[in-house]
Amino acid sequence: MGSRASSLLREEDIDEIKKETGFSHSQITRLYSRFHSLDKGENGALSREDFQRIPELAINPLGDRIINAFFPEGEDQVNFRGFMRTLAHFRPVEDNEKNKDMISGEPLNSRTNKLHFAFQLYDLDRDDKISRDELLQVLRMMVGVNISDEQLGSIADRTIQEADTNGDMCISFSEFTKVLEKVDVEQKMSIRFLH
Amino acid sequence: MERGAKEKNQHLYKPYSNGIIAKEPVSLEQEIQEMRRGGAEPEFDMSDIFYFCRRGVESIVDDEVTKRFTAEELESWNLLTRSNYNFHHISTRLTALWGVGVLIRYGILLPLRVTLAFTGVGLLVVLTSVVGLFPNGRIKNYLSDKVHLMCYRICVRALTAIITYHDSENKPKNGGICVANHTSPIDVIILASDGCYAMVGQVHGGLMGVIQRAMVKACPHIWFERSEVKDRHLVAKRLSDHVADESKLPILIFPEGTCINNTSVMMFKKGSFEIGCKVYPVAIKYDPRFGDAFWNSSKFGMVNYLLHMMSSWAIVCSVWYLPPMSRMEGEDAVQFANRVKAAIARKGGLADLLWDGGLKRGKVKEVFKEEQQKLYSKVLVGSSEDRSRS
Repeated sequence: MGSRASSLLREEDIDEIKKETGFSHSQITRLYSRFHSLDKGENGALSREDFQRIPELAINPLGDRIINAFFPEGEDQVNFRGFMRTLAHFRPVEDNEKNKDMISGEPLNSRTNKLHFAFQLYDLDRDDKISRDELLQVLRMMVGVNISDEQLGSIADRTIQEADTNGDMCISFSEFTKVLEKVDVEQKMSIRFLH
Repeated sequence: MERGAKEKNQHLYKPYSNGIIAKEPVSLEQEIQEMRRGGAEPEFDMSDIFYFCRRGVESIVDDEVTKRFTAEELESWNLLTRSNYNFHHISTRLTALWGVGVLIRYGILLPLRVTLAFTGVGLLVVLTSVVGLFPNGRIKNYLSDKVHLMCYRICVRALTAIITYHDSENKPKNGGICVANHTSPIDVIILASDGCYAMVGQVHGGLMGVIQRAMVKACPHIWFERSEVKDRHLVAKRLSDHVADESKLPILIFPEGTCINNTSVMMFKKGSFEIGCKVYPVAIKYDPRFGDAFWNSSKFGMVNYLLHMMSSWAIVCSVWYLPPMSRMEGEDAVQFANRVKAAIARKGGLADLLWDGGLKRGKVKEVFKEEQQKLYSKVLVGSSEDRSRS
């Protein structure tokens, strides 16, 4: 008799996920257990409410944005594959030599992809540009009611000024990458998964 | 088997140590200061969101609260299917062993225990009603104590609960309140089979109602009508009146308000700590290897739960009576409650959490998010103050 949760996850699925994300076999089964425990409706997919039930996430000022990042455009449910694909961004960047047999191009947890994940938290309408409004929205989420509109506006203006190199009053992904080139993104956007 | 269990009981229980991720306890200020690039300090850095982002995803993978409301994961299997989360089919021999286990548990142990349980409850109802016929006085109290103890002890046998009581010199006395961490309704039986308490609870209908009405004939318990429960002053008054009367038994209260899975102690509601009498803390820790005592009320009803309990191998637990505590000068009810909670958590080897057990069913309050926002704003605005000074 196998365990309740992992009997729904087939070996082929685990292998595919391993190839796509780079997680180890045991990490995938543990994360599947976690996925299963969050899935209160037991329908094999998570909805936004399932995420919001986590108190530590509900009190995170950017909680809603982070939850959004798990859901593909226009969808309300995320299955285990999608869940793992998003989590894979947070794998530490170890020696990627052994992952050379990845499906395509860059591994999900590369510096560029980590930066892109963060970029998408700002870029709400997903048009590959962070406008002044989008920046203001994220700032407002992070500070709540504690800072005035004017002060917040000037912070936003200053940030765009410093980052914007082509004068379109928006921050593109390459400008974003340039601004953060000295930041240790690999370490800040990584979670240490055990075994 | 009983003796072996009693010996194992002495050690402090090791919590399940196989976490999914390693979290570093760094504060918001520390992280953001680290991330600020040297030289000209901008007020806001686009990398600030990395902190929130990472903490958010960490909590998705493993958080402190949601796992307290489901049964604890075990390091190795104890031959009960219900504890089987991550174990795969290992060998036919293990399956056969499990099969034999099922036969023993359901064929022999369960019927014996159910019979005992019915006897215990039946005797409780009948004998307390009989004692109720006596006039109030020392004889009645003596008989009531004896009757209660005897019936609870039968119920303990019905569950095959192997209990080790530590530090019995600190047992609760009249005129005080006994507080304990809550894992299941069985906690009441475990404590009440070693001492006499006045119970507190809502009036129920059906079988529970019959038991409640019978018990109150023999000695005073505190049963509230559903409507009265909302009125906090009324509740506090009845409790204070009870403890003021030295002849009445100590009150038994579970301040968490709900069942937690015995790996942690969650927020204590301050109501019982406002009354101003001596508090006798008690820590209860179950050994999960013999049977999981946690009642997941959203998954199982009471009858289902009792069947589970009576078909486990045994319920093994330790009870520690802690020395009595009183509210100190300048300490308010909440601080006192937290102090008692910390003492219970330490003794029982449980994690001490500030989160409210009510999160099992309800949403977290907005005020915690606002605290996080305030912290971050301070970091932002704080750095601009430094700049204006220089």
